[in-house]
Amino acid sequence: MGDFDYGVIFNNIPFLWKGLIVTFKLTFLSIVGGILLGTFLALIRVAKIPVLSWVAAAYVNFFRSLPLILVIFWLYFLVPLIVGRPVGSFYSVLVAFVLFEAAYYSEIIRAGISSVSKGQLAAGRAIGLTYPQTMRYVILPQAFRAMVPVLLTQAIILFQDTSLVYVVGLKDFLVSAELIANRDQRLVEMYIFIAIVYFAICFAASLWVRRLQKRMATS
Amino acid sequence: MIEMKNVNKFYGDFQVLDNCSTSVTKGEVVVVCGPSGSGKSTLIKCVNGLEPINDGEITVDGIMVNDKKTDQNQLRSKIGMVFQNFELFPHMNALENIKLGQLKVLKRDNNAANAKAQELLERVGMVDHADKFPSQLSGGQQQRIAIARGLAMDPVAMLFDEPTSALDPEMINDVLDVMVELAEDGMTMMVVTHEMGFAQRVADRVIFMDEGKIVEDAPKDEFFGTPRSDRAQLFLSKILSH
Repeated sequence: MGDFDYGVIFNNIPFLWKGLIVTFKLTFLSIVGGILLGTFLALIRVAKIPVLSWVAAAYVNFFRSLPLILVIFWLYFLVPLIVGRPVGSFYSVLVAFVLFEAAYYSEIIRAGISSVSKGQLAAGRAIGLTYPQTMRYVILPQAFRAMVPVLLTQAIILFQDTSLVYVVGLKDFLVSAELIANRDQRLVEMYIFIAIVYFAICFAASLWVRRLQKRMATS
Repeated sequence: MIEMKNVNKFYGDFQVLDNCSTSVTKGEVVVVCGPSGSGKSTLIKCVNGLEPINDGEITVDGIMVNDKKTDQNQLRSKIGMVFQNFELFPHMNALENIKLGQLKVLKRDNNAANAKAQELLERVGMVDHADKFPSQLSGGQQQRIAIARGLAMDPVAMLFDEPTSALDPEMINDVLDVMVELAEDGMTMMVVTHEMGFAQRVADRVIFMDEGKIVEDAPKDEFFGTPRSDRAQLFLSKILSH
């Protein structure tokens, strides 16, 4: 390891940083979109709306049965076709992540909703709240509170999974590092460096989630 | 005020309510008792439509409960309900619990809802606990907040589903005191309870249920006096013997 070249890392910090920002942006937007769509799917299934709840169940099972990399790949071609014009790899990848993650989030949220006692629904309805109002003001706030650790853990997995955008060449953190590695012939340095960065971020985040979980358990 | 005619209800093949008919007039306090599984909780949950019925007719304040055209939410907002397990909203403090229905159902403005909530907190003796969350309150305190939450909607009647069954003995009286006061103020009440002391003190009538049937529906003095069904007699002798 005597010829380990730190320079290749330091000289390319701005470029790598830009890649990392793409990774963060993709993670964040996918979480927000995934949770919104996932909540919607979960509510349809919990409310047992005829036909729609069957469609939602089929959606969830469909996406949970496909490898993520395939979904990314397919939507890279499909999204521009559906929209009718090129949208750039970032947006097609974002759509893929939102659609895919929503299937997983909806299952987490459904479990969260059923963890709230049945009596809460009755209590909400008893004071005259409508079913949607009871969900919004009574059930979901409790469900989300119970789900926070699981949702965050899923977010950490999502953060790691964003590296799969590599198949469509979106310049996220991994792809940026790879470009430099190949250009400067510094594969060892770059791959060690990105491994350390991914590890540090994910490890710190999961420590934080664990602490949060402990605090919630005692409060 | 509350009118039930030939109400039948099934859970699958099992008949929970068997041809139940009774009525509660304005200002009347009716205690519903009976062995567990006799259908008494189900009976009062049918009054505000929380449990749908298969057959029969229920009207509250002239409105048909089991009619598809009836606005169930509006109807429920007019009938207060208190549950065995309190069912306060754990993510809201006591004040917010009492305000939620006022804000979202009655569309009262924040000031009006606050004023009403304060008045009710005083009435149930919980003014000092307005900012506390349900987990910080004892069972008896939670139940008093739950009563205030029901009263906040200015209900025409209050339903109580075993309001003291989940309480430690020393808490029971705090809750019963509030209920007695409510009864004396002329509130129309239907109370499922085993507290026969409460029944003797404030009930106008007592309904005794067994196996989904209303076995006895009599004025209080008559019920606690001699003439009554064997089944009710046996039940009373069991719960009054200690």
